[in-house]
Amino acid sequence: MEIIKVETHINFVRMMKSAVLVSIAVIAVGIASLIWHGGPNFGIDFAGGTLIQIKFQQETPTDKIRAAFKSMGFEGSIIQDFGPNEVIVRTAESGADAKELTSRVEEALSTAFGKGAYELRRIEVVGPKVGRDLTRKALLAIFFSWIGILIYVGVRFEFRYALGGIVALIHDVLITITFLSLFNKEFDLNIVAALLTIIGFSINDTIVIFDRIRENSRKNIRMPLMDIINTSVNQTLSRTLLTSFTVFMVLLVLFFFGGSVIHDFTFALLVGTIAGVYSTVFIASPIVLLFETIKPTGLKRKR
Amino acid sequence: MFKSIRIRAAVTIVICLASLVYLAPSLTSDLPDTWKNYLPTDKIHLGLDLQGGMHLVLEVQSAKAVESTLEKTVGDLKENLMDKRVRFKLRERTKDRDFTFEFPDVASRDDFDKILKNDYPDLETTTSEMAEGRGLVSLKIRDKRAAEIQKMAVEQSLETIRNRVDQFGITEPEIIPQGKDRIIVQLPGIKDTARAKSLIGRTALLEFKLVDEEHSLDEALKGNVPEGSIVAYESRMDRNSGRRTQTPLLLNGRTLLTGDALEGAKVQISDRFGEPHVSIKFNAQGARDFDRITGENVKKRLAIVLDGLVHSAPVIQERISGGQAQITGSFTMEEASDLAIVLRAGALPAPVNILEERTVGPSLGRDSIDKGTWASVIAGILILMFMVLYYRLTGFIADMALVMNMLLLLGVMAAFKATLTLPGIAGIALTIGMAVDANVLINERIREELHLGKTLRAAIEAGYTKAFLTIFDSNVTTLVAALFLFGFGTGPVKGFAVTLTIGIVVSMFTAIFVTRIVFDYLIWNRRVEKISI
Repeated sequence: MEIIKVETHINFVRMMKSAVLVSIAVIAVGIASLIWHGGPNFGIDFAGGTLIQIKFQQETPTDKIRAAFKSMGFEGSIIQDFGPNEVIVRTAESGADAKELTSRVEEALSTAFGKGAYELRRIEVVGPKVGRDLTRKALLAIFFSWIGILIYVGVRFEFRYALGGIVALIHDVLITITFLSLFNKEFDLNIVAALLTIIGFSINDTIVIFDRIRENSRKNIRMPLMDIINTSVNQTLSRTLLTSFTVFMVLLVLFFFGGSVIHDFTFALLVGTIAGVYSTVFIASPIVLLFETIKPTGLKRKR
Repeated sequence: MFKSIRIRAAVTIVICLASLVYLAPSLTSDLPDTWKNYLPTDKIHLGLDLQGGMHLVLEVQSAKAVESTLEKTVGDLKENLMDKRVRFKLRERTKDRDFTFEFPDVASRDDFDKILKNDYPDLETTTSEMAEGRGLVSLKIRDKRAAEIQKMAVEQSLETIRNRVDQFGITEPEIIPQGKDRIIVQLPGIKDTARAKSLIGRTALLEFKLVDEEHSLDEALKGNVPEGSIVAYESRMDRNSGRRTQTPLLLNGRTLLTGDALEGAKVQISDRFGEPHVSIKFNAQGARDFDRITGENVKKRLAIVLDGLVHSAPVIQERISGGQAQITGSFTMEEASDLAIVLRAGALPAPVNILEERTVGPSLGRDSIDKGTWASVIAGILILMFMVLYYRLTGFIADMALVMNMLLLLGVMAAFKATLTLPGIAGIALTIGMAVDANVLINERIREELHLGKTLRAAIEAGYTKAFLTIFDSNVTTLVAALFLFGFGTGPVKGFAVTLTIGIVVSMFTAIFVTRIVFDYLIWNRRVEKISI
């Protein structure tokens, strides 16, 4: 079975301009959405706060839960359905010390609903100090993964390939953030993990095409780079789509059956995978060409 | 690499068997006894998000340890100065932890300087001035010494918490330092989280102080606390109403004895009321001190203070020799046994804060395992089917590699005692998707080479050779990202990075090395000329 015949001749390089415009438009929407929402919707991992997942024995109206939490001094808690008779309560409060907090929660819940009527399935308390630390670490991890990839690709290929790859990666991360913001998803540790995974996947795709460009340019020294890029993207197209398809299939299954805890995580990965394929085909390789025209000294090809 | 198909096949089989051996304990719990004696019995380690439990990040307020050292040293210095009849006045501003000595003349300041230099190497003057014939000197702990104290405070806290947790009886706790002043505590399967937290987070500083009966408590409560005394509260719980009452007491500020002097502590039930209390035993020096203290203060009240709260303040009826004492109070059995634990394990050198807490109940963990496993199995089956549909025989070969990939991935995790988390299960599922990639690359290459009109043998040879570098480069870059993920992550995320990393490495082995064996076998041993791809 072959979905894509080997002989495709799509002029991807010519489509680059419009592709870049589309991407910029999407990212612009993302920025607008971020401004609209007043910045990213940081979860407690980064903003600090408390998250409590409660499962009730029977249906419990949100108002009652809110009232119970209000009585223990948690103002403005957000209550979110999380499955049958199950809710997640978030508050910004964490206090400098989490020693007392959970016992306060338990006390208020058992006075409001009675012991045994509920089950505390998950409690997460993150103090502001840890939140700041985690934010810093997350940004550093993403930044240094870019640098690490830049160096590796720069050494194994050429520097302009590395630049093309990084531009594509930044693109993927931005697109994913755009969609997360549009759907008002929360940014937590899992999302950062998803972003780093997207970086890993997307560069994987990109490298396969770069590798083909490298091979083809050795074979046909006379051929202009633009044609080489086009041929290479076309030659690897079936593989790019196939692999992304299998990964996408896995993610879809995880999204629907993997449980609510990793729901947002898989959502981010789904968006990232699509963005990754798109950037691999339309952005990463044409950018290499762009750097070549800007810097004609880069014309000499590696032997 | 090895040319012989046989050797390569043997290597593969040995690796698979080794994985199975490591994996067996996780698959079944009734292994024969001979197995248990000679072969690995560790199950795959589940993260807290899967098995339930509590994750705490504690911060040791090590600066407090420096402060209390300063306080103690200055107190000692004060007595020393009095002994040597140096005239001075100490301006204590406890709020800013500022200790300033005031001297009426140059001579007494010189005496002071001499004593400071000879006997107190840890202290340093921050400001020293002469005004109107008086000398003012402020003191602090030397920076180098302060850093040492802070470091020791963290180390000692770690040790103390470890002791407490061990005595509490939790299986496989993990207590590790993080950064300069943090401690991560992981307690799998813990149920009573509040109790565990109070056990870990409590400073448990036990002090014996005399009740100050010379001054008026009422005056002190109005704000005129006499010098050298402090107000502390005695907290009592009424059995019947369950209400806590707090009674103020005026105590002599000097601590006569601390928990350091203890040798042991255990719970006992008093004969009369059946109420639990904690009986403590002093070490040799402590027993001597206690004997002296009680002898000197008969008919006075001795307060037993724990973390600033008075537990009881009984009247000393007679000199107590033998180094035994009791801490009574309205304890529940649990409270008494926890108190005994913390007294045995010793006090924390500085108070700790809980900066982060993550607790997962066991039922949520169970749900996560079920859903995660279920989703992974579905995803796996879909991919296996897809590969056969798309590539036919070659797809089947890739599928064999995939199954082996799963086996090795789990085997390696068991062998290296890596932790499986919920995102980790997602990572395994993603690895399935990724592992196909190597085979897709190879197969697409082979197809291309066949389109160019090469023989099957040449096409396979070229396909593998050309695809290898691609696979290598693309996987290494993914590894770079995975490694940063590992460095960044805590708990569940780290588990994800682990499975992803192992998955990438293993998939390169199965997709390149193992499938090649099958192809070579078909071409060389079976003389196959055509293959469905």
